[in-house]
Amino acid sequence: MIQTLEPIIREHPFFHGLDERYIRLIAECAKNVRFDEDAVLFRHSDPADHFYLIREGLVAVELTIPHRGHTTVLTAGNGEVLGWSWLFPPYRWHFDARALHPTRALAFDGKCLRTKCEEDHDLGYEMFRRFTQMMTTRLESTSLQLMDLYGANA
Amino acid sequence: MAPTLEHSVAERFSPELMLPDLYRIKRLKMETDDTFTLEMIPEENGATFSFLPGQFNMLYVFGVGEVPISISSDPSACPTIQHTTRVVGMVTKAMGGLKPGDLLGIRGPFGSHWPVEKAKDRDVLIVAGGIGLAPLRPALFWLMSHREEFRKIVLLYGTRSPDDILYRHELEHWRGKFDLEIQVTVDRAASTWRGNVGVVTTMIPRAPFDPSNTTVLVCGPEVMMLFTMMELRKRGVRAGHIFLSMERNMKCGIGSCGHCQFGPTFVCRNGPVFCLEQIESILGKAEI
Repeated sequence: MIQTLEPIIREHPFFHGLDERYIRLIAECAKNVRFDEDAVLFRHSDPADHFYLIREGLVAVELTIPHRGHTTVLTAGNGEVLGWSWLFPPYRWHFDARALHPTRALAFDGKCLRTKCEEDHDLGYEMFRRFTQMMTTRLESTSLQLMDLYGANA
Repeated sequence: MAPTLEHSVAERFSPELMLPDLYRIKRLKMETDDTFTLEMIPEENGATFSFLPGQFNMLYVFGVGEVPISISSDPSACPTIQHTTRVVGMVTKAMGGLKPGDLLGIRGPFGSHWPVEKAKDRDVLIVAGGIGLAPLRPALFWLMSHREEFRKIVLLYGTRSPDDILYRHELEHWRGKFDLEIQVTVDRAASTWRGNVGVVTTMIPRAPFDPSNTTVLVCGPEVMMLFTMMELRKRGVRAGHIFLSMERNMKCGIGSCGHCQFGPTFVCRNGPVFCLEQIESILGKAEI
Protein backbone atom coordinates (compact mmCIF):
# COMPACT_ATOMS: atom_id res chain seq x y z
CA MET A 1 0.00 0.00 0.00
CA ILE A 2 1.37 3.40 -0.91
CA GLN A 3 1.41 5.74 2.07
CA THR A 4 0.47 9.31 1.38
CA LEU A 5 2.61 12.14 2.73
CA GLU A 6 -0.40 14.26 3.57
CA PRO A 7 -0.53 13.34 7.31
CA ILE A 8 3.14 14.33 7.76
CA ILE A 9 2.59 17.64 6.01
CA ARG A 10 -0.67 18.35 7.84
CA GLU A 11 0.87 17.75 11.27
CA HIS A 12 3.94 19.85 10.70
CA PRO A 13 3.89 23.26 12.45
CA PHE A 14 5.10 24.95 9.27
CA PHE A 15 1.88 23.98 7.50
CA HIS A 16 -0.35 24.45 10.54
CA GLY A 17 -3.79 25.78 9.62
CA LEU A 18 -3.37 25.28 5.89
CA ASP A 19 -6.56 24.42 4.03
CA GLU A 20 -6.97 20.70 3.33
CA ARG A 21 -7.10 21.18 -0.44
CA TYR A 22 -3.69 22.89 -0.29
CA ILE A 23 -2.26 20.08 1.81
CA ARG A 24 -3.27 17.73 -1.02
CA LEU A 25 -1.74 20.00 -3.65
CA ILE A 26 1.52 20.33 -1.73
CA ALA A 27 1.69 16.57 -1.12
CA GLU A 28 1.59 16.07 -4.89
CA CYS A 29 4.93 17.89 -5.08
CA ALA A 30 6.56 16.03 -2.14
CA LYS A 31 8.66 12.89 -1.86
CA ASN A 32 10.60 11.11 0.86
CA VAL A 33 14.38 11.39 0.62
CA ARG A 34 17.33 10.09 2.63
CA PHE A 35 20.87 11.39 2.86
CA ASP A 36 23.85 9.54 4.23
CA GLU A 37 26.27 11.26 6.53
CA ASP A 38 28.28 13.85 4.56
CA ALA A 39 25.98 13.61 1.54
CA VAL A 40 25.50 16.93 -0.25
CA LEU A 41 21.90 18.19 -0.48
CA PHE A 42 22.78 21.13 -2.68
CA ARG A 43 25.66 23.32 -3.74
CA HIS A 44 26.05 27.05 -4.07
CA SER A 45 24.76 28.41 -7.45
CA ASP A 46 23.14 25.11 -8.47
CA PRO A 47 19.47 25.39 -9.48
CA ALA A 48 17.30 25.66 -6.35
CA ASP A 49 14.50 23.34 -7.32
CA HIS A 50 13.61 21.94 -3.89
CA PHE A 51 13.04 22.77 -0.29
CA TYR A 52 13.23 20.27 2.53
CA LEU A 53 11.37 19.47 5.67
CA ILE A 54 13.85 17.64 7.89
CA ARG A 55 12.17 14.71 9.61
CA GLU A 56 15.24 13.31 11.34
CA GLY A 57 18.92 14.20 11.22
CA LEU A 58 20.99 17.34 10.96
CA VAL A 59 22.02 19.37 7.92
CA ALA A 60 24.74 22.04 7.86
CA VAL A 61 24.31 25.10 5.67
CA GLU A 62 27.83 26.01 4.69
CA LEU A 63 29.81 28.65 2.91
CA THR A 64 33.21 28.04 1.42
CA ILE A 65 35.61 30.82 2.30
CA PRO A 66 38.87 30.96 0.32
CA HIS A 67 41.85 29.83 2.43
CA ARG A 68 39.51 28.93 5.32
CA GLY A 69 37.49 26.11 3.82
CA HIS A 70 33.91 25.31 4.79
CA THR A 71 32.28 27.39 7.49
CA THR A 72 28.93 26.35 8.91
CA VAL A 73 26.46 29.22 8.87
CA LEU A 74 23.64 27.34 10.55
CA THR A 75 22.25 23.86 10.98
CA ALA A 76 18.73 22.59 10.40
CA GLY A 77 17.51 19.63 12.44
CA ASN A 78 14.40 17.64 13.26
CA GLY A 79 11.25 19.44 12.23
CA GLU A 80 12.98 22.37 10.57
CA VAL A 81 12.46 23.66 7.04
CA LEU A 82 15.49 24.15 4.83
CA GLY A 83 15.72 26.31 1.71
CA TRP A 84 13.80 29.26 0.32
CA SER A 85 15.80 29.96 -2.87
CA TRP A 86 13.27 27.89 -4.85
CA LEU A 87 10.74 30.65 -4.25
CA PHE A 88 12.68 33.65 -5.58
CA PRO A 89 14.46 34.33 -8.90
CA PRO A 90 17.05 33.40 -10.01
CA TYR A 91 16.15 30.11 -8.24
CA ARG A 92 19.74 29.25 -7.36
CA TRP A 93 21.21 28.16 -4.03
CA HIS A 94 23.26 30.75 -2.16
CA PHE A 95 24.92 28.22 0.14
CA ASP A 96 26.03 24.60 0.27
CA ALA A 97 24.14 22.06 2.38
CA ARG A 98 25.56 18.82 3.73
CA ALA A 99 24.09 16.14 5.98
CA LEU A 100 26.07 15.99 9.24
CA HIS A 101 24.18 12.91 10.36
CA PRO A 102 22.10 10.43 8.36
CA THR A 103 19.04 12.47 7.48
CA ARG A 104 15.46 11.71 6.44
CA ALA A 105 13.44 14.50 4.90
CA LEU A 106 10.53 15.41 2.71
CA ALA A 107 11.74 17.11 -0.45
CA PHE A 108 9.28 19.47 -2.14
CA ASP A 109 9.64 20.11 -5.85
CA GLY A 110 10.03 23.88 -6.20
CA LYS A 111 8.98 24.06 -9.85
CA CYS A 112 5.87 22.03 -9.16
CA LEU A 113 4.95 24.27 -6.22
CA ARG A 114 5.70 27.48 -8.09
CA THR A 115 3.34 26.42 -10.85
CA LYS A 116 0.61 25.65 -8.33
CA CYS A 117 1.20 29.00 -6.60
CA GLU A 118 0.87 30.80 -9.97
CA GLU A 119 -2.36 28.96 -10.68
CA ASP A 120 -3.81 29.69 -7.25
CA HIS A 121 -2.67 32.92 -5.67
CA ASP A 122 -4.29 32.04 -2.35
CA LEU A 123 -1.89 29.10 -2.12
CA GLY A 124 0.91 31.43 -3.22
CA TYR A 125 -0.01 33.85 -0.41
CA GLU A 126 0.00 31.03 2.16
CA MET A 127 3.42 29.82 1.01
CA PHE A 128 4.90 33.32 0.96
CA ARG A 129 3.43 34.07 4.40
CA ARG A 130 5.01 30.96 5.89
CA PHE A 131 8.39 31.42 4.23
CA THR A 132 8.47 35.13 5.12
CA GLN A 133 7.89 34.21 8.77
CA MET A 134 10.73 31.69 8.59
CA MET A 135 13.01 34.26 6.95
CA THR A 136 12.18 36.82 9.65
CA THR A 137 13.08 34.31 12.35
CA ARG A 138 16.33 33.41 10.58
CA LEU A 139 17.19 37.10 10.18
CA GLU A 140 16.70 37.67 13.91
CA SER A 141 18.85 34.67 14.73
CA THR A 142 21.57 35.78 12.33
CA SER A 143 21.57 39.25 13.94
CA LEU A 144 22.12 37.64 17.34
CA GLN A 145 24.90 35.47 15.93
CA LEU A 146 26.61 38.52 14.46
CA MET A 147 26.46 40.35 17.79
CA ASP A 148 29.00 37.87 19.20
CA LEU A 149 26.95 37.84 22.41
CA TYR A 150 29.26 35.51 24.26
CA GLY A 151 32.50 37.21 23.29
CA ALA A 152 34.76 38.83 25.90
CA ASN A 153 33.70 42.32 24.83
CA ALA A 154 29.99 41.58 24.65
CA MET B 1 22.16 28.89 60.19
CA ALA B 2 22.49 27.11 56.90
CA PRO B 3 20.08 28.43 54.29
CA THR B 4 17.28 26.19 53.18
CA LEU B 5 15.31 26.28 49.98
CA GLU B 6 12.22 27.41 51.87
CA HIS B 7 14.20 30.18 53.47
CA SER B 8 14.43 33.22 51.24
CA VAL B 9 17.49 35.32 51.81
CA ALA B 10 16.56 37.65 54.60
CA GLU B 11 17.45 41.28 54.54
CA ARG B 12 20.74 41.20 56.34
CA PHE B 13 22.41 44.48 57.04
CA SER B 14 25.31 43.90 59.34
CA PRO B 15 28.81 45.36 59.22
CA GLU B 16 30.15 41.82 59.52
CA LEU B 17 28.81 41.12 56.06
CA MET B 18 31.44 43.47 54.70
CA LEU B 19 34.27 41.41 56.20
CA PRO B 20 35.66 38.70 53.94
CA ASP B 21 36.52 35.22 55.14
CA LEU B 22 39.80 33.74 54.06
CA TYR B 23 39.75 30.95 51.50
CA ARG B 24 42.70 29.05 50.12
CA ILE B 25 42.92 28.12 46.44
CA LYS B 26 42.93 24.38 46.03
CA ARG B 27 42.89 24.24 42.25
CA LEU B 28 42.65 26.49 39.21
CA LYS B 29 41.30 24.84 36.10
CA MET B 30 41.29 26.50 32.69
CA GLU B 31 37.88 25.80 31.13
CA THR B 32 38.58 27.65 27.87
CA ASP B 33 41.36 29.98 26.77
CA ASP B 34 39.93 32.90 28.79
CA THR B 35 37.68 31.23 31.34
CA PHE B 36 38.76 29.43 34.48
CA THR B 37 37.33 27.74 37.57
CA LEU B 38 38.76 28.39 41.02
CA GLU B 39 38.24 25.72 43.64
CA MET B 40 38.63 26.95 47.21
CA ILE B 41 38.41 25.75 50.78
CA PRO B 42 37.94 27.82 53.94
CA GLU B 43 41.22 28.70 55.61
CA GLU B 44 39.72 28.34 59.07
CA ASN B 45 39.58 24.75 60.26
CA GLY B 46 36.03 23.53 60.67
CA ALA B 47 34.52 26.56 58.96
CA THR B 48 31.23 25.89 57.29
CA PHE B 49 29.75 27.36 54.14
CA SER B 50 26.49 26.61 52.44
CA PHE B 51 24.62 28.23 49.60
CA LEU B 52 21.63 27.80 47.37
CA PRO B 53 21.90 27.30 43.58
CA GLY B 54 22.03 30.68 41.88
CA GLN B 55 23.61 32.67 44.72
CA PHE B 56 26.85 34.60 44.38
CA ASN B 57 29.89 35.56 46.46
CA MET B 58 32.00 38.69 46.51
CA LEU B 59 35.57 37.57 45.78
CA TYR B 60 38.36 39.81 47.01
CA VAL B 61 41.84 39.64 45.47
CA PHE B 62 43.88 41.40 48.14
CA GLY B 63 45.43 44.61 46.96
CA VAL B 64 43.50 44.56 43.70
CA GLY B 65 39.76 44.61 44.31
CA GLU B 66 36.50 42.78 44.80
CA VAL B 67 34.09 41.32 42.23
CA PRO B 68 30.76 39.48 42.39
CA ILE B 69 30.87 35.98 40.92
CA SER B 70 28.19 33.30 40.98
CA ILE B 71 28.95 30.09 42.77
CA SER B 72 29.28 27.33 40.19
CA SER B 73 29.86 24.22 42.31
CA ASP B 74 27.73 21.42 43.67
CA PRO B 75 25.85 22.68 46.77
CA SER B 76 26.41 19.33 48.43
CA ALA B 77 30.21 19.63 48.08
CA CYS B 78 30.45 22.52 50.60
CA PRO B 79 32.54 23.88 52.20
CA THR B 80 34.63 23.39 49.06
CA ILE B 81 33.33 25.91 46.56
CA GLN B 82 34.00 26.74 42.94
CA HIS B 83 33.67 29.93 40.95
CA THR B 84 33.93 30.06 37.18
CA THR B 85 34.79 33.37 35.60
CA ARG B 86 36.26 34.92 32.52
CA VAL B 87 39.13 37.37 32.41
CA VAL B 88 37.31 40.64 31.75
CA GLY B 89 39.01 43.19 34.00
CA MET B 90 41.77 43.91 36.47
CA VAL B 91 40.43 41.76 39.31
CA THR B 92 39.58 38.70 37.25
CA LYS B 93 42.94 39.01 35.49
CA ALA B 94 44.70 38.97 38.89
CA MET B 95 42.47 36.09 39.96
CA GLY B 96 43.54 34.07 36.94
CA GLY B 97 47.14 34.51 38.05
CA LEU B 98 46.55 32.96 41.49
CA LYS B 99 48.15 29.63 42.31
CA PRO B 100 47.07 26.73 44.53
CA GLY B 101 47.83 27.74 48.10
CA ASP B 102 47.16 31.45 47.56
CA LEU B 103 44.57 33.21 49.71
CA LEU B 104 41.45 35.01 48.61
CA GLY B 105 38.74 36.87 50.54
CA ILE B 106 35.14 35.77 50.21
CA ARG B 107 31.92 37.44 51.36
CA GLY B 108 28.66 35.67 50.86
CA PRO B 109 26.61 33.87 49.82
CA PHE B 110 24.32 36.66 48.67
CA GLY B 111 21.17 37.03 46.65
CA SER B 112 18.16 35.01 45.62
CA HIS B 113 18.29 31.49 44.21
CA TRP B 114 16.84 29.29 41.49
CA PRO B 115 13.44 27.97 42.67
CA VAL B 116 14.41 24.32 42.17
CA GLU B 117 12.10 23.06 44.91
CA LYS B 118 9.10 24.73 43.32
CA ALA B 119 9.86 22.85 40.10
CA LYS B 120 9.08 19.46 41.68
CA ASP B 121 6.79 17.27 39.57
CA ARG B 122 7.27 19.60 36.63
CA ASP B 123 9.47 19.68 33.53
CA VAL B 124 12.55 21.82 34.01
CA LEU B 125 13.99 23.70 31.06
CA ILE B 126 17.38 25.33 31.50
CA VAL B 127 18.52 27.81 28.89
CA ALA B 128 22.13 28.93 29.19
CA GLY B 129 24.21 31.26 27.06
CA GLY B 130 28.00 31.38 27.22
CA ILE B 131 29.34 31.75 30.74
CA GLY B 132 25.72 31.90 31.90
CA LEU B 133 26.01 28.16 32.34
CA ALA B 134 28.16 28.73 35.46
CA PRO B 135 25.37 30.08 37.74
CA LEU B 136 23.09 27.31 36.46
CA ARG B 137 25.55 24.51 37.20
CA PRO B 138 24.65 24.26 40.93
CA ALA B 139 20.99 23.96 39.89
CA LEU B 140 21.94 21.14 37.51
CA PHE B 141 23.81 19.37 40.31
CA TRP B 142 20.76 19.78 42.54
CA LEU B 143 18.32 18.53 39.91
CA MET B 144 20.48 15.54 39.05
CA SER B 145 20.84 14.57 42.70
CA HIS B 146 17.04 14.74 43.14
CA ARG B 147 16.30 13.41 39.66
CA GLU B 148 13.22 11.37 40.59
CA GLU B 149 11.41 14.49 41.86
CA PHE B 150 11.21 16.09 38.42
CA ARG B 151 9.74 15.20 35.06
CA LYS B 152 11.81 16.01 31.98
CA ILE B 153 14.99 17.99 32.47
CA VAL B 154 16.21 19.74 29.34
CA LEU B 155 19.34 21.87 29.00
CA LEU B 156 19.69 24.13 25.96
CA TYR B 157 23.16 25.61 25.87
CA GLY B 158 24.45 28.12 23.36
CA THR B 159 28.00 29.31 23.20
CA ARG B 160 30.41 31.00 20.86
CA SER B 161 32.29 28.05 19.36
CA PRO B 162 33.01 24.40 20.14
CA ASP B 163 36.18 25.48 21.96
CA ASP B 164 34.10 27.64 24.31
CA ILE B 165 31.91 24.85 25.67
CA LEU B 166 32.13 24.92 29.47
CA TYR B 167 32.17 21.82 31.68
CA ARG B 168 32.38 19.60 28.62
CA HIS B 169 33.13 16.40 30.55
CA GLU B 170 30.23 16.96 32.93
CA LEU B 171 27.83 17.63 30.08
CA GLU B 172 28.98 14.44 28.36
CA HIS B 173 28.61 12.51 31.63
CA TRP B 174 25.09 13.84 32.29
CA ARG B 175 24.03 13.25 28.70
CA GLY B 176 25.26 9.66 29.01
CA LYS B 177 22.86 9.04 31.89
CA PHE B 178 19.95 9.28 29.42
CA ASP B 179 17.63 11.06 31.86
CA LEU B 180 18.67 14.57 30.96
CA GLU B 181 18.31 15.97 27.46
CA ILE B 182 21.19 18.27 26.53
CA GLN B 183 21.26 20.25 23.31
CA VAL B 184 24.30 22.37 22.55
CA THR B 185 24.59 24.94 19.79
CA VAL B 186 27.40 27.27 18.78
CA ASP B 187 27.43 30.58 16.96
CA ARG B 188 30.25 29.60 14.65
CA ALA B 189 32.07 26.44 13.73
CA ALA B 190 34.35 24.87 11.18
CA SER B 191 33.04 21.96 9.15
CA THR B 192 34.66 19.50 11.59
CA TRP B 193 31.93 20.31 14.18
CA ARG B 194 29.10 17.78 13.87
CA GLY B 195 26.64 19.55 16.15
CA ASN B 196 24.17 22.44 15.95
CA VAL B 197 25.10 25.89 14.69
CA GLY B 198 22.78 28.80 15.46
CA VAL B 199 21.60 30.80 18.43
CA VAL B 200 20.18 29.01 21.44
CA THR B 201 16.74 30.57 20.96
CA THR B 202 16.26 28.57 17.73
CA MET B 203 16.14 25.36 19.78
CA ILE B 204 13.22 26.48 21.95
CA PRO B 205 10.36 25.89 19.44
CA ARG B 206 11.19 22.19 19.17
CA ALA B 207 12.60 21.52 22.65
CA PRO B 208 10.83 18.60 24.36
CA PHE B 209 8.93 20.12 27.29
CA ASP B 210 5.32 20.74 28.24
CA PRO B 211 4.83 24.53 28.23
CA SER B 212 1.92 24.30 30.64
CA ASN B 213 3.93 22.40 33.23
CA THR B 214 7.49 23.65 32.95
CA THR B 215 9.73 25.77 35.13
CA VAL B 216 12.37 27.59 33.10
CA LEU B 217 15.73 28.82 34.38
CA VAL B 218 17.59 31.22 32.08
CA CYS B 219 21.03 32.79 32.34
CA GLY B 220 23.16 34.49 29.72
CA PRO B 221 23.71 37.88 28.13
CA GLU B 222 20.67 40.11 28.58
CA VAL B 223 19.88 40.24 24.85
CA MET B 224 19.91 36.47 24.69
CA MET B 225 17.58 36.29 27.70
CA LEU B 226 15.23 38.80 26.10
CA PHE B 227 14.90 36.73 22.91
CA THR B 228 14.67 33.53 24.96
CA MET B 229 11.80 35.04 26.91
CA MET B 230 10.02 35.93 23.65
CA GLU B 231 10.35 32.37 22.31
CA LEU B 232 9.19 30.89 25.62
CA ARG B 233 6.14 33.15 25.64
CA LYS B 234 5.39 32.12 22.02
CA ARG B 235 5.35 28.50 23.22
CA GLY B 236 2.94 29.45 25.95
CA VAL B 237 5.13 29.36 29.07
CA ARG B 238 3.69 31.72 31.69
CA ALA B 239 5.86 34.56 33.03
CA GLY B 240 5.42 33.24 36.56
CA HIS B 241 7.28 30.08 35.61
CA ILE B 242 10.28 31.75 33.95
CA PHE B 243 13.27 32.73 36.11
CA LEU B 244 16.25 34.77 34.95
CA SER B 245 19.57 35.60 36.55
CA MET B 246 20.36 39.28 35.98
CA GLU B 247 23.74 40.94 36.05
CA ARG B 248 24.45 44.49 37.15
CA ASN B 249 27.38 46.34 38.70
CA MET B 250 27.23 44.82 42.18
CA LYS B 251 29.52 46.33 44.80
CA CYS B 252 28.36 45.80 48.38
CA GLY B 253 26.33 42.63 47.86
CA ILE B 254 23.80 43.58 50.53
CA GLY B 255 21.65 46.25 48.90
CA SER B 256 23.30 49.19 50.66
CA CYS B 257 25.31 51.00 48.00
CA GLY B 258 22.77 51.17 45.17
CA HIS B 259 25.24 50.38 42.38
CA CYS B 260 23.18 47.48 41.10
CA GLN B 261 19.81 49.20 41.02
CA PHE B 262 17.57 47.63 38.41
CA GLY B 263 14.32 49.57 38.23
CA PRO B 264 12.71 49.31 41.65
CA THR B 265 15.02 46.49 42.76
CA PHE B 266 18.62 45.86 43.69
CA VAL B 267 20.11 42.92 41.83
CA CYS B 268 22.38 41.92 44.73
CA ARG B 269 19.56 41.76 47.26
CA ASN B 270 16.32 41.10 45.32
CA GLY B 271 18.13 39.12 42.62
CA PRO B 272 20.22 37.99 40.90
CA VAL B 273 17.48 35.43 40.21
CA PHE B 274 14.18 37.10 39.37
CA CYS B 275 10.85 35.72 38.29
CA LEU B 276 10.02 37.18 34.88
CA GLU B 277 6.74 38.45 36.33
CA GLN B 278 8.74 40.82 38.55
CA ILE B 279 10.83 42.37 35.79
CA GLU B 280 9.04 41.79 32.49
CA SER B 281 8.05 45.45 32.17
CA ILE B 282 11.61 46.73 32.56
CA LEU B 283 13.60 43.97 30.87
CA GLY B 284 15.43 45.19 27.78
CA LYS B 285 14.63 48.87 28.44
CA ALA B 286 17.58 51.04 27.53
CA GLU B 287 16.83 53.49 30.38
CA ILE B 288 17.03 50.82 33.10
